[in-house]
Amino acid sequence: MDNEYILEMRNITKEFPGVKALDNVNFKVKRGEIHCLVGENGAGKSTLMKVLSGVWKYGTYTGDIVYEGEVQQFRTIADSEAKGIAIIYQELALFPELPIYENIYFGHEIMKGHQIDWNETIVRSKEMLDKVRLRVDPSMPVKRLNTGNQQLVEIAKALSKNCKLIIFDEPTSSLNEDDSQNLLKLMRELKESGITCIMISHKLREVTAIADTITVLRDGATICSLDAKKDDISEANIIRNMVGRSMDTVYPKRAKRELGDVMFEIKNLTVENPNTGREILHNVNLKVRRGEIVGLQGLMGAGRTECALSVFGNPYGYKIKSGEVVIDGVSHFFKSPADAIKNGLAYVSEDRKGNGLVLIQDVRFNTTLANLQALVKGVAINDNEEIIVANRYKDELNVKTPSIAQKVNNLSGGNQQKVQIAKWLFVSPKVLILDEPTRGIDVGAKYEIYSLMNKMVEEDGMSIIMISSELPEVLGMSDRLYVMSEGYITGELTAEEATEEKVMRMAINLG
Amino acid sequence: MYIALVLIMLVFQIWSGGKFFKPSNISNLFNQAAYVAVLAIGMTLILILKHIDLSVGYVAGFTGAICAILMQTYGLPVWATILIVLVLGVLIGLYQGTVIMRVGVPAFVTTLAGMFIFRGLLSLVLEKNGTIAVSQDAFLKLCQGFIPDIPNNTGIHLVTMLIGIVAVVFVIYSMLKSRRNKQKYQFKVVSTPVFVVELVLISSIILGICMVLASDQGIPWSAVIVGVILAVYTYMLNKTKLGRYIYGIGGNDQAAELSGVNVKLVTQFAFCSMSFLAAVSGILYTSRIGSASPQAGNAFEMDAIASSYIGGTAVSGGVGKVTNAIIGTFVIMALTNGMLMKGVNISYQYIVKGVIFIIAVAFDVRTRRK
Repeated sequence: MDNEYILEMRNITKEFPGVKALDNVNFKVKRGEIHCLVGENGAGKSTLMKVLSGVWKYGTYTGDIVYEGEVQQFRTIADSEAKGIAIIYQELALFPELPIYENIYFGHEIMKGHQIDWNETIVRSKEMLDKVRLRVDPSMPVKRLNTGNQQLVEIAKALSKNCKLIIFDEPTSSLNEDDSQNLLKLMRELKESGITCIMISHKLREVTAIADTITVLRDGATICSLDAKKDDISEANIIRNMVGRSMDTVYPKRAKRELGDVMFEIKNLTVENPNTGREILHNVNLKVRRGEIVGLQGLMGAGRTECALSVFGNPYGYKIKSGEVVIDGVSHFFKSPADAIKNGLAYVSEDRKGNGLVLIQDVRFNTTLANLQALVKGVAINDNEEIIVANRYKDELNVKTPSIAQKVNNLSGGNQQKVQIAKWLFVSPKVLILDEPTRGIDVGAKYEIYSLMNKMVEEDGMSIIMISSELPEVLGMSDRLYVMSEGYITGELTAEEATEEKVMRMAINLG
Repeated sequence: MYIALVLIMLVFQIWSGGKFFKPSNISNLFNQAAYVAVLAIGMTLILILKHIDLSVGYVAGFTGAICAILMQTYGLPVWATILIVLVLGVLIGLYQGTVIMRVGVPAFVTTLAGMFIFRGLLSLVLEKNGTIAVSQDAFLKLCQGFIPDIPNNTGIHLVTMLIGIVAVVFVIYSMLKSRRNKQKYQFKVVSTPVFVVELVLISSIILGICMVLASDQGIPWSAVIVGVILAVYTYMLNKTKLGRYIYGIGGNDQAAELSGVNVKLVTQFAFCSMSFLAAVSGILYTSRIGSASPQAGNAFEMDAIASSYIGGTAVSGGVGKVTNAIIGTFVIMALTNGMLMKGVNISYQYIVKGVIFIIAVAFDVRTRRK
């Protein structure tokens, strides 16, 4: 039946200077299925989707895109959209100041003569919002929606264009558990109504829960396509195909650790957001011992990052109403990140591109930025020593880069994250706060980062606070964990006590 | 950019029938370019930091006028005058940097206000006398005079030749060393023929200019002043923490802040340095013209910003070199000088400058994208 497949990408090869990003990739999607595309970072998933959507225009790749039984030659995104293909990117492409209805019909406005028909736009927006089960006033500006709901607006926009094929690029990476479940449910409903979905995701639990077919890419080549009904789609099998090796455990084994004295303590921290006047942290107390990994779990917006930033010199100017930080028995009140760093506290940002790294600079520059003082002789930075330091961390952390003179922008997510961690290792802090250390990076790199964390606490006696939205990760790595909800610490559990269910109950504050 | 500069000079050399490379014109070019060159150095820092300073022209004009007043009206010695004016420059920068970083008014607005204020102050201080002529010889020498020579009867300025040779040796040495260092750590380097051509080209430009100057009165003081400032700023940007922080903030200010960089302080420093250099520019301009006038400083900032962009400072910030900004200044000034010499109508001069400017930046933006 030639109608079974809505999309066939045949022998797609796409080269960038020096790299073959896609090498003879074949990718077939059945009509009306949910097809998940998985692979490590740099495996070629995004490139493949860019070829499909016309970002890499016809002629810059070889091979054929057969969509709806015809060979397509997309030159722009508008071409692919006209045929009913829409992409929803990880970073949402909405206009925060504009109302929802304008966002939904931006680019394909409903016209009456030469004017935009706003009334009709609002009515139809309402219909689209109903379809994605978002019950809000369509004239509300998008910025007032949370990330999960903004994503729904993106989907509503795709639906308003009568799309037949929607591509979701890491749709749940910045969503909390609730919103993620919601989104998956919506994808199933879209499928019911005959829309084909392609989902790129690192979250294998979600993939196995929702996929009809799973295609695994590795190093720019198709490794396999698994049918959920017939093949083994266990996480273990998917991972084996993704990394080309079997991974016994996702989390590295740890030696039984002897914990030291209390190294770091937050006491009675209460913080207000000066823009909204709302209290975002209420009387937060937490402790970390020497050599301990403490998890800080909670849903998006629970106040974890705000808590970390408030103690890390408060760079965004929250109003700190009360509280103190104790490091190694000494009480502090940090006025700037520089101050915090000097006293042994470090913070690895959750947003490595936004505020973690200087992307246009090279590996060397980024590695040493937070501790240049250590390299200064007289007034000048000692170049040779700096190169030695940067190379040492590159080797130690196994950063995959041609050299330390490579711009960080050109590295994959996992390697960027390693550079960010290297920067803070070079500071050799007493306490390290890792905010979402494995967000958007592949399984192999995750494992390396976990091993590194273990090494830091075991060999260097560091104390680590790990903020993470991924429950299994927090449970797998922490000695002890705190759960936050709406600015309160709602629970504290040891590794032995903690189960996913208990943590989730605390995170949504059911006690 | 080096090639563009050489081309422009050659075109004018041929067009003017050999007058362009006359020693008097070359030293004239230096004296003409000096006050813009120092501004371009400071502006490069500001642009790397993704800010802008529109006030520098009238800050230069105002501080230049203060020079004349202090010497002529109050009879202060030259050294004291220069010192006071430089401190004044730093204070102006402190004010603007504070308004920008602590109060939070964007640099464009703050320095636009500064442009009005210092233009007003300039005409205010010159209200009584109009133009003030400067009579101190030592002061006038700064941008009109030449470095001294050892007495000899060869007709060649020996010190100039010596400086030229030392400069060439230094350039060859440092370029070789940096290349060898890069090779040692397996960084990418340009191929050997390209490197040799680069080396020969730069060396011959330096040597050529020195030879031309040596055949007459030698190196002008203005070139020495610009050279020293250039050396200090190059060193600061490439070798010190402060320089790193400037590039870091320009590349990603939030990442820099979270890495413990005091973004506000570093940026304030850059504005102080900018106004300090504006004061230097004012001194040089007053010295060159030999008087303070209410027209001084008009549109200097435009030349400075253009120089910096022509020299490859990224429009999006985070990237830029002061050496290249100076080359940018010479591109603009060689054009101005050459066209003046040929008596090209001022209207065409502006148009040509604008066209060269947009081509240079467009070229830079395109190559950066790759």
